[in-house]
Amino acid sequence: MSVAEPLIAAHGLVKRFGDFTAVAGIDLEVRAGEAFGFLGPNGAGKSSTMRMIGCVSPPTGGTLRVLGMDPVRAGSAIRARLGVCPQQDSLDPELTVRENLIVYARYFGIPRKVARQRADELIEFVQLTERADDTVEPLSGGMKRRLTIARALVNEPAIVLLDEPTTGLDPQARHLVWERLFQLKQRGVTLVLTTHYMDEAEQLCDRLVVMDGGKIVAEGSPRQLIERYSTREVVELRFAEAALDTYVGKLEGIGERLELLPDRILLYAADGDLAVAAVADRALRPSSVLVRRSGLEDVFLHLTGRTLVD
Amino acid sequence: MIRPTYAVFEHQLVAYRRTWRGSVLSSFLLPVLFLLAMGFTVGGYVDRAGGLSVRYVDFIAPGLLASTALQIAVGESTWPVYSGFKWHRMYHAMQATPVRVTDMVRGHIGYVLLRVGLSAAGFLVVMGLFGTLHSAWAPAALPVAVLVGLATAAPVFAYSASISTEGLFAVLLRVAVIPMTLFAGVFFPVGSLPLWARILAYVSPLWHGVELSRAATLGTATAWGVWAHLGYLAVWSVVGYLLATHRFRRRLAD
Repeated sequence: MSVAEPLIAAHGLVKRFGDFTAVAGIDLEVRAGEAFGFLGPNGAGKSSTMRMIGCVSPPTGGTLRVLGMDPVRAGSAIRARLGVCPQQDSLDPELTVRENLIVYARYFGIPRKVARQRADELIEFVQLTERADDTVEPLSGGMKRRLTIARALVNEPAIVLLDEPTTGLDPQARHLVWERLFQLKQRGVTLVLTTHYMDEAEQLCDRLVVMDGGKIVAEGSPRQLIERYSTREVVELRFAEAALDTYVGKLEGIGERLELLPDRILLYAADGDLAVAAVADRALRPSSVLVRRSGLEDVFLHLTGRTLVD
Repeated sequence: MIRPTYAVFEHQLVAYRRTWRGSVLSSFLLPVLFLLAMGFTVGGYVDRAGGLSVRYVDFIAPGLLASTALQIAVGESTWPVYSGFKWHRMYHAMQATPVRVTDMVRGHIGYVLLRVGLSAAGFLVVMGLFGTLHSAWAPAALPVAVLVGLATAAPVFAYSASISTEGLFAVLLRVAVIPMTLFAGVFFPVGSLPLWARILAYVSPLWHGVELSRAATLGTATAWGVWAHLGYLAVWSVVGYLLATHRFRRRLAD
């Protein structure tokens, strides 16, 4: 495998389950050292794509190369060099934190002594030293997630696949996970993650694809995507007096674009304050006004007409 | 390649190190209590009636040995396997590593057989202490018990990998395990059963194990010849193993 060859390359990749098409022909490349994200709502095809990359689900169509190899023919050899943090926990709750890591290391044929040493290092890395000899069962969701991440690193993988690494965690636990993942990224580990959290994608990903209905609808760095598909600022307006849709006509012409959501109206404008002033000039009285910077949430809304997390 | 298979086996051992105390009661003490209660109390009446050519305790001890192997094999192949797919997702964790389906099935069944072997060895020692071993072939009852374990664990692995609600374990117990335990010659010779029931006993792997086990500890001949019984158990083992790997593959796909 040459240096320039991407670690993951997919062309026209398709995954069908019976009549249902989960992934409808996607193209993508992930290069060494990159933090690459799949962003999209539930059912967008993110996890199916991840399972194909992880060599546990064979593609229905198209081509896929991982680490320069064919996942169908060289699945075991590829998996030996991947670290996988699945969406659903798969730790052994009856074993201790340390035992979980050692047992998993042995699946990769790592000698017992090396496994023990790596377990210690990883336990420290994910800040579970105090719980190292406790069984996993009573650990919090955040601790289990960190342990799962540590487990994914036990074979010193070339690529770490993280499927919704922080879904279901409270904000504090999420930040701890992000911090660890950011450190991995700093070390040059190639990360591939799926998420339906905008802030997660913005914080962690160098480059990402937005998926919807099994297709890639946009690709770029978070900043590029925001520049391309949204305005610099957004004004969020709420009205208490009349139905929201009656305001759509009245707001026409202010800013570049308008989105009507069930509970609020979004005005996309380069300058939020100017837009707010224009709203006031038309004698409209919103019950609340919020000016904020545009984010990936707005990109997604613009591309798909839907919000990400309902 | 043995390595990933051994890693799967080792995982079970690590877990067993934490739980072995609890398993002593069900996999050793209970069968021994059964042997004492049935063999000496019920046996007293049976021996007075004189229906058997050997003491009743000598008759049922090798049968109980085989049925203990069955109980442990089934117990270790139901919930733990089901949980590996549904709750703890152990097999899903393995799937993301170089471990293949054949490694999962072999490594885990290997552990089940170790459990069967340990209990059978303990039970054989107790049988010896109570003077129920009457042949130099008695140690052969141990590998026979392990073979009974394989012939039942392998198909039960396939069953546990196929079902999606745990209620179906009750069906397995009622339809297969309990009737087998009662009518496959453990407690009385199957010759005393009506023909249709006898045929069911012949189909069950346990009866063949009981025949072999009894031949080993009593030095008597088996009904169909040793090789026929061994071959029949081997068929259950091989077919069960192939089914198990097939069902594992199906369960882990997509």
